[in-house]
Amino acid sequence: MTILLLLIPVALLLGLAGIWGFLWAISHGQFDDLNAAGNRILFDDADALLREGRKHETR
Amino acid sequence: MATEVLQTLASPRVQTATCLHCGEPARGNDRFCCAGCASANALITGLGLEQYYRLRNAAAPVAVTTDDSIDWREFSTALPDGRWRVSVLVGDMHCAACLWLIEHALQADNAVTSARLSSATQRLTIEWRGTDADAGRLVHRVMQLGYRCRPVDVSVLESETAAEERGLLRAMAVAGFAAANIMLLSVSVWSGHVDGMGSHTRDLFHLISGLLAVPAIAYAGQPFFRSALNALRHRRTNMDVPISIGVTLAVVVSMAEVVRSGPHAYFDAAVTLLFFLLVGRYLDLRARGFARRAAQQLLALTTRPVTVLTATGSVQRPASRVALDDLVLVAAGERIGVDGIVQSGSSSVDASLLSGESLPKAVLAGSMVYAGALNIDAPLTLRVTAVGPATLVGEMTRLLESAEQNRSRFVRLAEQVARWYAPVVHVTALLSFAGWMLLGDADWRAAMLISAAVLIITCPCALALAVPVVQVVASSRLMRGGILLKSATALERAAAIDTVIFDKTGTLTLGHPRLVAPDTRGQALLPLAAAMAMRSRHPLCLALVSACDGTVQPAEVQECPGQGLILRGAEGETRLGNARFVGAAPQDRDGCSELWLAQPGHTPYRFRFRDELRADAAAVVDTLRREGRRVIMLSGDHAEAAATVAQALGISDWQAEVTPAQKAEHILALKQQGHRVLMVGDGLNDAPALGHADASLSPASGMDIAQNAADAVFQGEKLSAVIEFLDVAGHSQSLCRQNIGFSLVYNLFAVPLAIAGLVTPLIAAVAMSSSSIVVVLNALRLAVFMRRAS
Repeated sequence: MTILLLLIPVALLLGLAGIWGFLWAISHGQFDDLNAAGNRILFDDADALLREGRKHETR
Repeated sequence: MATEVLQTLASPRVQTATCLHCGEPARGNDRFCCAGCASANALITGLGLEQYYRLRNAAAPVAVTTDDSIDWREFSTALPDGRWRVSVLVGDMHCAACLWLIEHALQADNAVTSARLSSATQRLTIEWRGTDADAGRLVHRVMQLGYRCRPVDVSVLESETAAEERGLLRAMAVAGFAAANIMLLSVSVWSGHVDGMGSHTRDLFHLISGLLAVPAIAYAGQPFFRSALNALRHRRTNMDVPISIGVTLAVVVSMAEVVRSGPHAYFDAAVTLLFFLLVGRYLDLRARGFARRAAQQLLALTTRPVTVLTATGSVQRPASRVALDDLVLVAAGERIGVDGIVQSGSSSVDASLLSGESLPKAVLAGSMVYAGALNIDAPLTLRVTAVGPATLVGEMTRLLESAEQNRSRFVRLAEQVARWYAPVVHVTALLSFAGWMLLGDADWRAAMLISAAVLIITCPCALALAVPVVQVVASSRLMRGGILLKSATALERAAAIDTVIFDKTGTLTLGHPRLVAPDTRGQALLPLAAAMAMRSRHPLCLALVSACDGTVQPAEVQECPGQGLILRGAEGETRLGNARFVGAAPQDRDGCSELWLAQPGHTPYRFRFRDELRADAAAVVDTLRREGRRVIMLSGDHAEAAATVAQALGISDWQAEVTPAQKAEHILALKQQGHRVLMVGDGLNDAPALGHADASLSPASGMDIAQNAADAVFQGEKLSAVIEFLDVAGHSQSLCRQNIGFSLVYNLFAVPLAIAGLVTPLIAAVAMSSSSIVVVLNALRLAVFMRRAS
């Protein structure tokens, strides 16, 4: 059972990493607008096209 | 949604007959319907954002060019790093493509460092390098695209709520993390009791649990500790007191057990309890915050600035910053923002939101007009006679405030239960401690442990969790039905309503004119009249256009302000306007507003307009009565107009020419007789009544002060929102009662076990979690019932 001495701290550290990530996300406004992110992803193609268009212009 | 976007990407739908920008009928051979749309389109193509037209799945708003001269500099704030920020409330957003367009149109500007638009709050935050003078230019770019923009006062109150919400979410995350990990360790310990876990391993697990639980509770328990301390300081007790004592006691006693190498520790129960309670509290706060934000947006978008005439021109100011004796210009179709005397101009004024009178009144130089009335025909110049609290609106606001103090005395069901529940719990825990010490000859540690178990097991999870869940489910259901719940306690107050009072104009009726079905000649003339009317924003013209089915090409007309429209053709002038304008003999007034159409060589034709009943008003009144509720109509309008409506709806209980104060008195009298009253109204004259009633509803077309006073605001033309509101309120109330009843029964069984010292940590955890889950599932039945109902 001595393996517990390793596994429990490992499990807790992983959990702590998760909660740290979640707290980070909260304080950086990741949960402020849950709908927009779902929609923005649909427009990635448009953003790429836009960037290409701008590149052509600057050439 | 994804497939829709892909389809639109594959086949750009451009129709020649409609405006390229907004999809309204285009003008002649032009590709646009108006100059506003053309300039919006030019801006979009100029920025290389044409893809917007392929991305969108709803037509753009008509780009009305506004000469809105709000000084955006005043709303900009300097950031510490030298940049500037402005917050704007954006109206008329239809789909995600709007979001994309606005953000990209702003980001194309070199000065802009960030532009973020939140679809949830419709709030746009622009940050840029440069000076505050750029604010106007940036905001106008969004306006040029056709979106309404209003400044947001980032109030202290709101940022506090946001901070509170985040704090609770953080506490919930910490409690959840600790609860899950401690539960893992506890399950091992519980199975160890059976399988013979070594006492050293058990102690180690308890110790780790304790090390997790103490900091987690110290952090996540703060909202409860603070509230409990606050209550104690005021010599009161609330639900948070037993929670705080229970959790603290459980942890302290368990820590002692760990040191003593005892077999039981209650860390899991304490932390899980905290987690469940935090979930309930978070849901409650969110539901309230959401409702309040929605209400604020509604108001921010409806309050308009006032155009003040100065020596050098005109400037737009918020109504609160207009001075006495200022000259104010009110355009045709605009709502009047101040009380004043007409200096110049003659027009008719629709005061239905103020007094409930359904017909517009003619005003001339020297007439008195009041804030909140709608100027219909022609521009008016007013000399301001009252501002702020001295205006009619201000007076109503005062009446309203006194009503609201009255309402804040309402005690929620959960609070009522909590009031006697908390002392009972304390006494029970204390008695079981004393009982074990004196009679059960247990040592003080065991007695402590038992009283901690009593506190934990009696914890009102059902009260804390199920009521907010019911609230969230109910308000989201109402939201989908177009009803915006503004007050957290409204559902409870609306549960036992037995009397429904309606205002007439704008509530039972639509509050704006509808064309009275024309005869055959009128039918034939309607397309021509509608084509002419399309250029005007006069309410009667709007009614003409909406009465004409099928698309109409707008005609090229000349507008004569305050009189009518002229269409020049080969055989002469065709005129649409008032009787004098077309040269018709004025007729007896039959209570209808009128528009005359005169074609060369024909007798003028009279289109009649009337404020029609809402389509489902009769059905709604009928249903309410069948449900055993009394229906009353109180109107500020003339007796004849009120009688017609009352007769059409079969309302026998009605009064006309009622003043705002009388409306409120009427409601107070009914309340004194023991009736529970729901008030439905839209006008300034209803505001005090809305405040005094047990619960109140206002249509979204109503005046801002009425919407402010009402508990809930409903959108659309259907009055059936009233029934839905009452239904949902009734059902959610009965669910809350069931849940509270369930938790009391649960306590009836669990508490004796706890007092007898039979509740081990395992039983405590199972009992607590299962009771919470049962009440949540019961609350979710509301969603199921309502899906069936719709």
